[in-house]
Amino acid sequence: MNSAVSSVDAPEVSIARDLARRALLVSPTFLVLGVVLDGVGGIISSGLALALVALNFFLGAQIISRAIAVSLNALYGAVLFGYLIRLGMMAFAVLIVRNAEWFATVPFAITLLITHLGLLIWETKHVSASLAFPGVMPAKPSTDNFQE
Amino acid sequence: MLNVLAETASGEMLEGLKAIGAGLGYGLAAIGPGIGIGTVVGNAISSMARQPESAGMVRTTMFLGIAFTEALALIGFVVFILLLP
Repeated sequence: MNSAVSSVDAPEVSIARDLARRALLVSPTFLVLGVVLDGVGGIISSGLALALVALNFFLGAQIISRAIAVSLNALYGAVLFGYLIRLGMMAFAVLIVRNAEWFATVPFAITLLITHLGLLIWETKHVSASLAFPGVMPAKPSTDNFQE
Repeated sequence: MLNVLAETASGEMLEGLKAIGAGLGYGLAAIGPGIGIGTVVGNAISSMARQPESAGMVRTTMFLGIAFTEALALIGFVVFILLLP
């Protein structure tokens, strides 16, 4: 792999950036859901879940893009250890705040699961359409040929 | 008095069992995605080694595959949060 390629241009980093942008787009829905379910605590918990999902994607992408510049074997190890580290990070983050007065489990859990899966499905649809990188949708076929 | 002691002990035991169940559930839920991620990355590495020119597309698909597989672990994580005493 070419180590000269910067991690900013890496496809997984652009996907993570795209996922974070989409998370921002859908965040009002989940924040409102949090308010409805548990008031101010719900909004903070939903916000925390959104931040954790985005951070998880970013961390995963950074681990891959940095490891792939070293070697393919490093990629294998980094992804598996990165998986453990990211799971541990999420558990640690929740264990810190779970006894706080404002922490609401249900809005947090709903936001975490739906955002993670929903964003991925949305992104996969987009990537499948572009066949290469997110955010680059193929142009619609021109109808000029049919007018001739 | 004995009844009160018995109730307290059973309550503590229940809390302890809940904590053990939560930890076990999270651990067991992480095994499957671990195997899945290993499979995804292993096959992606094979593809990149065979066809380095398609590495960009393979990396895109690999990242999405990893993220989808992790969703299973997240379900286990949510169960862990809900079960914690």
